[in-house]
Parts: sequence; structure tokens; C-alpha cells
Amino acid sequence: MTKQKTKRWSDYMWIISATYFALGFFNIVFAWLGVICFMIPLLMAILGGGKGYCNKYCGRGQLFLQIGNTLGWSRKHVAPRWLSSPWFRHGFLIFFLFFFIEMIWLTVQVANGIESLHETIHLLWTFNVPWHWAYPVAIEPWKAQFAFGLYGIMLTSLIVGVILTVIYRPRTWCVFCPMGNMTQMISKMKAK
Amino acid sequence: MAKYKAENERDRCVACGVCVSMCPRDAITIYKGCYAVIDEETCIGCGICEKNCPAGVIHKVLR
Ligand code: SF4
Ligand code: SF4
Ligand code: SF4
Repeated sequence: MTKQKTKRWSDYMWIISATYFALGFFNIVFAWLGVICFMIPLLMAILGGGKGYCNKYCGRGQLFLQIGNTLGWSRKHVAPRWLSSPWFRHGFLIFFLFFFIEMIWLTVQVANGIESLHETIHLLWTFNVPWHWAYPVAIEPWKAQFAFGLYGIMLTSLIVGVILTVIYRPRTWCVFCPMGNMTQMISKMKAK
Repeated sequence: MAKYKAENERDRCVACGVCVSMCPRDAITIYKGCYAVIDEETCIGCGICEKNCPAGVIHKVLR
């Protein structure tokens, strides 16, 4: 039924995203590349590109489409309506920022020698999962701490996003994704 | 003119762009990263966008 559209290079960003997540299982230092996924969408929105990142280039969003549509692992039921309410979206953004700041704070403490390096990743805002096996070559402790922290955030979003893709529709995560929400807020401010 | 058309709840749309990539007529654009806008002239009311919108905010309605 769905017409096959001509694919462009930007339709393959999900491969980069999948590679990113795979690399984190072998060497956590690659998690630093995730900084790009935070900078580019915000910069694009600030420079007037709207939600161009979400609309065309986000590999994580495309990964959910691959899982849900190409593999067909999705019930394709619409998610509860409150998920797209401003209350939930902004509430989740604050929740997310709290953990993001906590991650930065731990990095700073490790940099100052107050805390020692935690070779774990924090998953689903609850579990500290041992991840020392993905740290083969020691680097400066704070740099490693940031990598563990950022990878935990990224992997959490992937896990939640995949679960939502299976239960509801692909890219249900995008309804309240903090990056998507922030870029839309910037876009709305600029459009005024 | 088709019997149906798509209509978007602009205040709830998250501008994710799923509908844009799914629309067989390329009738949808994202207005400045804020919300999806449907070109009523081009839209054939197939409802594909409605079936794929993760937020469930775009609807197939009678013209
Ligand atoms: S909303 Fe988040 S996950 Fe979805 S496309 Fe945008 S940045 Fe990617
Ligand atoms: S798929 Fe739904 S939420 Fe996403 S841009 Fe289209 S109408 Fe908006
Ligand atoms: S109803 Fe069909 S043609 Fe109209 S905007 Fe939605 S997907 Fe496009």
C-alpha cells in the first residue's frame, strides 16, 4: 500500500545509530560520539532548520521505524493520548534534565578526584549495570566517566523507544523525546 | 475531489515528520519545525498519515 519513495543517503542514518550502540559494548569511549546527537539537533533548530534533525537525520528515530515497519515488530496501536500532552512532555524533559545534570555532576566530581570512576552504566534511571568489560584501555577518568554516563542515557532512550515501538507505534518515543521537545520549543520561539 | 482529507491537531502535533515520510502524495510539510501542515489540494484522504502518526493527532475526516 505504502508507495516506495526513493531513498536518500539520509535514510540510512539508522545504520550509524546501530553502529554507535554496538560500539558501546566493546569500547565505551565511543560513547563520546553521542555528543554529536545532542549538538546537531539543537544547532539546527537554533540556526532556523526547525526539526530538520528529527525529520531527516536522526538515526535513533529511523531505527524505531526499521524495527517497527521493516521488521514488523510493532502492534501499531496508537499510544495513550496523555503521552503527547504538554504536561507529560515537559515533565519528562525536566526529569531527563535532572539525570543529565546528575551525570555531568558525577563527571565533575571524578575530574576533581572526589569520586572514583564508576565503571557502570545507569539504565532506565534505576539500575547500575556493570560495564567494565567495555573499558579495555584506560583514559583520563573523567573522560571515561562521561562516556559511561552518556552511553547510559542513550541506551536508556533506545530501550524505552524499542519497547514503545513494539507496544504502540514506531517512533512513539519521539512524542516525548527530550531532544525532539527542545528542538520544537526552539522552533516555536523562532517562528513567533 | 477526494471524499476525505487529513486534518492535524496543530497544538498536539510534535512535528516528528513521520506523516511527511509516509504520505504517498507528499502532501505534508512541517512548518518551521512547529507542526505538520497538509496541502488539502494534494491530499487524497487515504489515511496513511493517521495510521502512522505516533502521537495520534492527524485524522482522516470528511471534506
Ligand atoms: S524526537 Fe528524538 S528520537 Fe525522535 S527523531 Fe527527534 S531526536 Fe530522534
Ligand atoms: S506524524 Fe503526527 S505528530 Fe508527527 S508530524 Fe505528523 S501529525 Fe505531527
Ligand atoms: S490522508 Fe493520505 S494523502 Fe492525505 S495527507 Fe494523509 S497520507 Fe497524505
